[in-house]
Amino acid sequence: MSESPATRSGSRPELRVGIDVGGTNTDAVIIDSSGAVITAVKVVTTPEPIDGIREALGRVLTDVDKSLIAKAMLGTTHPTNAIIQRRDLDQVGVLRLAAPSSLGVRPGAAWPGDIRDTVIAASAIIEGGNEYDGSEIAPLDTDAVRRFAAQAVSAGCSAIAVSAAFSPAVSDHENRAREILAEELGAGFSVSLSHQVGSLGLLERENATILNAALLSVASSVVDGFGQALAAHDLTADAYLTQNDGTLLTAAEARRFPVLTLGSGPTNSMRGACALAGVNDAVVIDVGGTSADAGILVDGFPRESTAAVEVGGVRTNFRMPDLISMGLGGGTVVRDARGGNGTTLAVGPDSVGYAVATESRCTGGDTLTLSDVSLAAGRLDNFGDKSLLGDLDSGLVSDALAWVDEQVSIMSDRMKSSRAEIPLLAVGGGAHLIAQQVPGISEVLRPENFSVANAYGACIAEASGTVDRVYSYDRTSREECLDDARELAVNAAVRSGAHPDGVRITTVTEVPMTYVPGGGCRVMVKAVGPLV
Amino acid sequence: MAMDILTTDDIEAICLGATLLGTGGGGDPYIAKLVAHQALETYGPVKVVEAADLEPDALVLTTAIIGAPTVILEKIPAGTEFVAGVRALSKYLGKAPAAIMIIEVGGLNTLLPIATAAEMGLPVVNADSMRRAFPQIEMTVFTLAGLPAGPLTVADEKGNQCVFETTTNQVAESLARAAVIKLGLANAISCYPLTAGQIAEHGITGSLTYCAEMGRMLQAVKDGHEGAWEHFLSESGSHQFFTGKVVDLDRRTTDGFARSTLILEDLEGSSATMRIEVQNENLLAFLDGEPVITTPNLICLLDCETFDPITTESIAYGNRVVVIGMPCAPQWHREGMLDLVGPKAFGYDIDFVELPS
Repeated sequence: MSESPATRSGSRPELRVGIDVGGTNTDAVIIDSSGAVITAVKVVTTPEPIDGIREALGRVLTDVDKSLIAKAMLGTTHPTNAIIQRRDLDQVGVLRLAAPSSLGVRPGAAWPGDIRDTVIAASAIIEGGNEYDGSEIAPLDTDAVRRFAAQAVSAGCSAIAVSAAFSPAVSDHENRAREILAEELGAGFSVSLSHQVGSLGLLERENATILNAALLSVASSVVDGFGQALAAHDLTADAYLTQNDGTLLTAAEARRFPVLTLGSGPTNSMRGACALAGVNDAVVIDVGGTSADAGILVDGFPRESTAAVEVGGVRTNFRMPDLISMGLGGGTVVRDARGGNGTTLAVGPDSVGYAVATESRCTGGDTLTLSDVSLAAGRLDNFGDKSLLGDLDSGLVSDALAWVDEQVSIMSDRMKSSRAEIPLLAVGGGAHLIAQQVPGISEVLRPENFSVANAYGACIAEASGTVDRVYSYDRTSREECLDDARELAVNAAVRSGAHPDGVRITTVTEVPMTYVPGGGCRVMVKAVGPLV
Repeated sequence: MAMDILTTDDIEAICLGATLLGTGGGGDPYIAKLVAHQALETYGPVKVVEAADLEPDALVLTTAIIGAPTVILEKIPAGTEFVAGVRALSKYLGKAPAAIMIIEVGGLNTLLPIATAAEMGLPVVNADSMRRAFPQIEMTVFTLAGLPAGPLTVADEKGNQCVFETTTNQVAESLARAAVIKLGLANAISCYPLTAGQIAEHGITGSLTYCAEMGRMLQAVKDGHEGAWEHFLSESGSHQFFTGKVVDLDRRTTDGFARSTLILEDLEGSSATMRIEVQNENLLAFLDGEPVITTPNLICLLDCETFDPITTESIAYGNRVVVIGMPCAPQWHREGMLDLVGPKAFGYDIDFVELPS
């Protein structure tokens, strides 16, 4: 191993292991403190994902001094799958503190019936919550909280989700409700509070809190299993799970806030790919067999979507990466309709998918795919047999590639937030389709070991803190309000384990309040820093 | 299309139409959709009546939400505040309403009065005062007709109510807005208490069915039906001006108005550009520097692929949009229109231009 700062200063070098459980593969990677990959493995994801985690760990740890591994990061699709498949979910009591406001929309109102019936066993809207200016809508109805505790237990709930109006700004009523529920049901009864899992937007935040409460058993089994897998390999590393914004939860936090891990896969993949390529700002296009997903990294983090995100049909306001998908992949079917009545070439949207290696013409199959076109044009090599393509019309090849180039150009342009040229990272099995020159793109990069980008992204994740609240720029100056928000975000990041000296502000978003005078502004700030 | 009874099945179409008629603003109708859905489920369908079919001196009361869309995301309506506001005005006037009317067919205010009508067991009148979104209470065809916005009430969900007698509709706007700041920025307003006869004569009749019809035709476009886009354009009298992508977006905020300027470049590769001036709603569109669509005509931006109407809050660099000009309701075309809702009313030194026929 090359000399790192840690070895020079005499202390032992510290290693990290990152594991990503995807739908198809479970990847593991070990990196040193400089970020260099020591070793990486890929195994098949198992029906019980913990088995795959154990196997990946066992293989990646061969020839590594286990005592040097200080931290272990896990990115997993367990909770997402539990919601999508409506499997292993806990029954939840939903308590909203907002009456007399909000009675017009009941909890779970817009949920698909099957998951609502599975998850929500009791619900109530009681007096409490706050106004935009911090005053109370109504004093918290503590008697109603106690009555709801009894109602929820008799309905069979194993957890309660509490959400109050404007709790991201003022959380007193949610905290008080938790104290009362603990008095009634014991401190061990699970209670999820909305201000800890979501941002402004009461219905979406309430939905996220309900899903969080429903995932607590799944979270426990994941964290327990991860701990056992580490112990089985004699690792004493600190355990973390990655969340959807590319930062970390400690194992203890992940038990309480599993909903924050939803959708961490694409984030880890994008962050990992960019770190492997050594860039901080780039468009990332992941081309698979059937579709291409495009996202953008700004300052090393995926830009977050402003649109509401649905998980298993439930609308939430998670901080998910802003991604667009198109039906463009290595297996996308190409039809030449120019000979018949049609005047144009038809590309996709259907695809032979994973069968690209057997059904494409260049592999002896009968279907003309974009991989055939790419091979004929010389963008792809080391794949199939070019001679099997025979007399492929050169006009067809250039037309199909022109279509591909236009789609790639559209995707990258839709992702970019300004006209300035930035790099594009081409990753995934179909990345060969992306030309070396793309309009508006400074250079196209193809990181070598991107196949373990997800696990690498988990390895390099940091701790974060966020704030989301409404300020009045008339009462206090804009600068003072923004300073306050920055300080709150930095403190939150430090509480999550970030090193106080390394914390930086990654995003500041101001959304002015329309239709009212008074300088009201919603301010969202995120701070991120390396783990202590 | 006739619509005598309004049920939960009509909500999606009205919601899509309302987003279109929001012309970039008017607030996201999503929450209003949920409120209307729950009310129609709880209290049953709502009868839709024409103003001309009511007794001419029958009292019709309006309701709307007034406040900040950002706050409404946290302070979901109770439903009761709208009923309370209507009842307070009814009590002050000493007369019971025969029907409820929507004041603003466009944005989130389209669907909330339907919930109120359901809860009060009253029919909803197939008419309104704007048939698009506008930011202020006085920007109505009733103001043009010399009809007063007052007396009006502002109510919250807790039982607080104010009644205002006002001298002008501009004063009505400023008094109501001031009350709302003290009442939590998500309140019910009931203004323009009118008779069915006045509405039949001066209101924008047929606007609720127009909104639902626009929504249905746009849904057909979204569903990819053959010829649906041409059908939508011709039926609505709209003109497609531009297909382009957002290449510049400048946002700034003053006095509760989200002002922005959008620059679009032609998607087909020509050098043509379109500039759109926004103050909560899209107000002016310039093609290569020449004004081509001006308020009160509607400037609607639709996503090139999904044909979803795009709102001011969600638009971003790189969005690919179709820009259409939709004619405002014919009832706007009378003396005083341009002083009240023309370009100069919003501070632009630009003359109104007619849409191509």
